[in-house]
Amino acid sequence: MTMTVALYTVISVTVATVYGLTLGGIVRKLYARVHGRFGPPVWQPFLDIIQTHGRRVSVSHGRMFYLGPVFRLAGGLGTYLFIPVIFGSAVFSNFSMSGDLLLVMYFIFFGQLGMALGAGQGGHPYSPMGIARGLSQMSAFEVPFSLAVIAVAIQYHSLNITSIVAAQQGGFMNWTLFTNPLAVIAAMISILGMNMHAPFSIVMAPQEIPIGPPIEMNGSFLSILQTNRGLFAAAKLVLFMNLFFGGATNIIEMIVKTFFIYMFSVFVGAAYPRFRPEQSFRFFLKWPALIGVLSIAYIVYLGGAS
Amino acid sequence: MNKKHIDDIEKQMKLANEGLPECERCLFSDDRPSSVEAFNKYYEGFLNWARSRSLWMLAFGTGCGATELRPLMTSRFDMARFGIFPRPTPRQASVFVVGGYASIKTIKRIIRSYEQMQGPKYVIALGSCTINGGMYYDSYNTINRLDYYIPVDVYIAGCMPRPEALIAGFNRLKEKIRAGECEGMNEYTEKFDWYKENQKQIIKDWNMPDYNW
Amino acid sequence: MEQLIRKIKGMVHLKAYRKQRDDLYFITVEKAQLEMILSHLKKNEGFTHLAFLQAVDFIEDSRFQLTYMLYNYETGVNLGVLVLIDRDKPEMNSIHKLWAHGWQYQRELHELYGIDFPGSPRVHESFVLEGWEEMPPMRRDFDTLEYSERTFFQRPGRSTNDPKEYMKEKMYKNYAASPRIRRDDE
Repeated sequence: MTMTVALYTVISVTVATVYGLTLGGIVRKLYARVHGRFGPPVWQPFLDIIQTHGRRVSVSHGRMFYLGPVFRLAGGLGTYLFIPVIFGSAVFSNFSMSGDLLLVMYFIFFGQLGMALGAGQGGHPYSPMGIARGLSQMSAFEVPFSLAVIAVAIQYHSLNITSIVAAQQGGFMNWTLFTNPLAVIAAMISILGMNMHAPFSIVMAPQEIPIGPPIEMNGSFLSILQTNRGLFAAAKLVLFMNLFFGGATNIIEMIVKTFFIYMFSVFVGAAYPRFRPEQSFRFFLKWPALIGVLSIAYIVYLGGAS
Repeated sequence: MNKKHIDDIEKQMKLANEGLPECERCLFSDDRPSSVEAFNKYYEGFLNWARSRSLWMLAFGTGCGATELRPLMTSRFDMARFGIFPRPTPRQASVFVVGGYASIKTIKRIIRSYEQMQGPKYVIALGSCTINGGMYYDSYNTINRLDYYIPVDVYIAGCMPRPEALIAGFNRLKEKIRAGECEGMNEYTEKFDWYKENQKQIIKDWNMPDYNW
Repeated sequence: MEQLIRKIKGMVHLKAYRKQRDDLYFITVEKAQLEMILSHLKKNEGFTHLAFLQAVDFIEDSRFQLTYMLYNYETGVNLGVLVLIDRDKPEMNSIHKLWAHGWQYQRELHELYGIDFPGSPRVHESFVLEGWEEMPPMRRDFDTLEYSERTFFQRPGRSTNDPKEYMKEKMYKNYAASPRIRRDDE
């Protein structure tokens, strides 16, 4: 029994990582096409990971420097492992249990905090700058996102993602997208900040603070961070799909839905220039937060009906 | 051998860091760099294949040749389709493109950046200035031959070489990497004293550690 | 402008005056009177911008010529104020109190020509050349080729061609016979 669970977990994590990295490759290609270039091949993120992992030397700056990437990967793994990826599938149901929504919300923040500890020890001035920006932005987009999640929790009377997905089964009119559109709008705005594409690409702003927090990370440290980027992206998309778009009953449905959720932030990113940090923070705290509050009011007002 | 003897030998193995003020020496590492052997043949071949397809270039414009890197990055020549990307920090970069002439002030920074790169690391020297001085052969503050200061893998001649020539140079570098001929990193550590001697001959105010870890 | 020159003539000893273009004039003044004339030009005549401060080495006359190039934003006139100083004991009054960015030019001149500006901030710090030990390199008696050969490693086999002859030889030998390139006057 334990062996089976372990095997399922390995399969699930591997599929999610590969999927997330491939999405990253597709995004690079898409941005290149927008610029009028050919762009790198779709499998370029995998080559990058092999290349960074294959460095013969790598320099460390102390104990916390080791822990930073590990915390980040732990955050990604923690986020992913408590989200049921495919509804009703034994392999992809992961460790979903009652109250896992709260745990996932915590783990989304966890990685960045760990990274803040680790990257700070690198001593490069750009790392604390990137971390300050990242944590501030994260606090800002957590407001609309948390409000949307609270609205969803009130709506379905549950903090368990599996039961939230179960409540949305039976036709697309049962999706949160149609039963509580305000919460979805607030959450979809906050995913723009979460995916850190433009206009919210202030953490790794390539022309201002070149690549921000991981600037001193090299070799295997960086390859861990890159792996986590794929896994974490997949985890976030699956979470959004589960909460707002009715979950998935098979892997094809999962891929189609998450692909379009991701492409939303990519299209916005390809079309808009970057915000300044303070513009970004204020943006999230204004209209998206208000929409989030309204979504709760809406669902409480309609509460008797459901 | 008694203990004092061993201490003396160990002291000789360390770098002196004489350029630094006394109070700052403890802040910097005084270890000598050492050669790192390649992995076994098949794994190294696989890694070399991946390395050649994912070249991270240190985006550090060291001379007028850096102008030619901009068209290479943008839509017309688009180096991303060859798997070449600019990387803003030497810690993560694997290719150092030395863009044309290097003045004494610049070569100090070039050496620092090169030593901070994590191996295996490759150097592309572009323009005639890095080969024999080019049109600045008689200048008082530009160096004439780059390969006396850092190991160079590929030279691209021209003043300036066009982006097409740069792509050809990158392709030559890829061939060399796949053949396992780019061991500039180990060459640097093996001939470390010779390189340091040459570097210190032109950099008169050596106010950095002997090896920038 | 003529009026201004006459006015200046009344104030200081004007050694020479040259009109190069309608918007470019040069005047040569005494070393001691430079600060006075510059502050007058800046405060009363509208030459508020110091475009550059440059030196020329007249080794035959044993002189350095300093050029203070001023610009008037209202009339669009450039006025170069020239000063000749002794080459063997090059020293000049600092103008960093008139134009705050003047110290940077003076630091550069100190490094490249060895002209001293007493009182100018950070004038003895190195500007472009770090750790330079020879004589200032922009002086004309400094042999850069000899220095380069002595200091930097030469790659043997370097050859130099006259571009005109070389291109004629290599590229246009068959110019007349070329079927594609044909000019009308041939």
